[in-house]
Amino acid sequence: MQSCADYRASEMGLRYKMSDYNFAYLDEQTKRMIRRAILKGLAIPGYQVPFASREMPMPYGWGTGGVQVSAAVLTPDDTFKVIDQGADDTTNAVSIRRFFEKTAGVAVTEATVDASVIQTRHRIPEQDLRSDQILVYQVPIPEPLRFLEPSEVETRKMHSLEEYGLMHVKLYEDISQHGAIATAYAYPVKVEGRYVMDPSPIPKFDNPKLNMAGIQLFGAGREQRIYAVPPYTDVVSLDFDDYPFEASKAEHACDLCGAEDSYLDELIVDDEGGRMFMCSDTDYCAGRRKDGHVGAQGAPYGEDAA
Amino acid sequence: MNPLLNVDGISKFYGHRIGCMDVSFDLFPGEVMGIVGESGSGKSTLLNCLAGQLIPDRGAVIFDTRTDGMRDTVTMSEPERRMLSRTDWAFVHQHARDGLRMNVSAGGNVGERLMAVGARHYGEIRDQATDWLGRVEINADRVDDRPSAFSGGMQQRLQIARNLVTGPRLVFMDEPTGGLDVSVQARLLDLLRGLVREMNLSAIIVTHDLAVVRLLADRLMVMKDGHVVETGLTDQVLDDPQHGYTQLLVSSVLQV
Repeated sequence: MQSCADYRASEMGLRYKMSDYNFAYLDEQTKRMIRRAILKGLAIPGYQVPFASREMPMPYGWGTGGVQVSAAVLTPDDTFKVIDQGADDTTNAVSIRRFFEKTAGVAVTEATVDASVIQTRHRIPEQDLRSDQILVYQVPIPEPLRFLEPSEVETRKMHSLEEYGLMHVKLYEDISQHGAIATAYAYPVKVEGRYVMDPSPIPKFDNPKLNMAGIQLFGAGREQRIYAVPPYTDVVSLDFDDYPFEASKAEHACDLCGAEDSYLDELIVDDEGGRMFMCSDTDYCAGRRKDGHVGAQGAPYGEDAA
Repeated sequence: MNPLLNVDGISKFYGHRIGCMDVSFDLFPGEVMGIVGESGSGKSTLLNCLAGQLIPDRGAVIFDTRTDGMRDTVTMSEPERRMLSRTDWAFVHQHARDGLRMNVSAGGNVGERLMAVGARHYGEIRDQATDWLGRVEINADRVDDRPSAFSGGMQQRLQIARNLVTGPRLVFMDEPTGGLDVSVQARLLDLLRGLVREMNLSAIIVTHDLAVVRLLADRLMVMKDGHVVETGLTDQVLDDPQHGYTQLLVSSVLQV
């Protein structure tokens, strides 16, 4: 039986039935609201814009903020890529990619260069992004001062009055306890000389890449905040004069592709202390192996089982 | 000599009830003013109004700022007031827990104000923090311990170090010795008296303990039901109280 809504849709000559998903899942009003938040975020780099986060068909902590931002910026012509800790093939990345394949019908890719919108959890791709690319971050806790100051009223006031001494107290504590700034991820940055921002839990190795040509959008679904870094914006990692910021990584080359400039995952391979290091960015690693680079434990591309 | 602080007709109401009513006084550099009175007499309300933590309903609190001279802190902008409260002002709470970050090490607690005004050299911050711990008689090897590992007296001394590290000119103290046992109190008072003289601090001390003001305060203000009932030099007020309430207060102290 044809429902009333379906009937009306067909009468109006619409392509979709009411039982179909709206393009990119969210309704148009919601996307408008999110786009407004994104534009405001871009206008005030690093400022956390509150938005009316919707329930998404996934649990909080799985990227509900990132998914909403992606849904608001995707167009039918976009090519979409999702990475989770640099990898295209983890559960989270695969399911979000499928979600937009199904609800937006956009083309998807694993190649960083081919993507126009990249949703990421915990990494920035090794490949430099271009000015026609958008990087969407999934953010768990958008407030960099949260673990030092539990009151939201107070942290908002601190942002508005630029009172960021407390952020350095955290770094001070790191040095006094560990002899060096031990914060290895979610390393606080100052954006365009004004707002202190949590760059989401990317490794601090990725912090220098925050100065990039692409647009960076950050979505925190549970915390209902969106913030953004426009292209070519000055992003400085906080530090002390005598303990300068260092973008650290494992002192190794990738065992699969031999890259020495990429961020590495460490993998325990047996119960005798055997381990290997490999690029966390799977597309970067595969690309290098295709070009003929082979690491210490790697086989030439195409010959291994994977 | 110009006063450091000129308080003019401060009134604060809680609905129809009076918090404090029409309080005026001058405080000069290096002077310590005591405010005594029973619980509910409006001493803490007054102190909070002076320190910018409460907004008074009437009156002006004019402070001699380093940069632009006499300014009314009630009407100045919030960023300016907050800047004052971490540079030229200090506030010592009765409970050290209210004034300390309990999950940050002692060194971090002392260093916070330095970092808040722009210090960005770890070694220098740490040296100053260690130096200040020494000045409040906390051993340098406790610099990385959290305040939760400190005794009540040590916490209070740490709070004082944290407040004085930026060299403030005016210190507000709300019952600084409350909740400490008498021998610890005596040591703390000794320390405070030394610091006040050495740094030429001006201070406003709210307390209900007459011994504290006898030791520390140059001048005394007695409050009752939100009104100031008597003012004068400390010894004069305590030795020759004029107002009925002051007489009652002085005679209520137990002699051991």
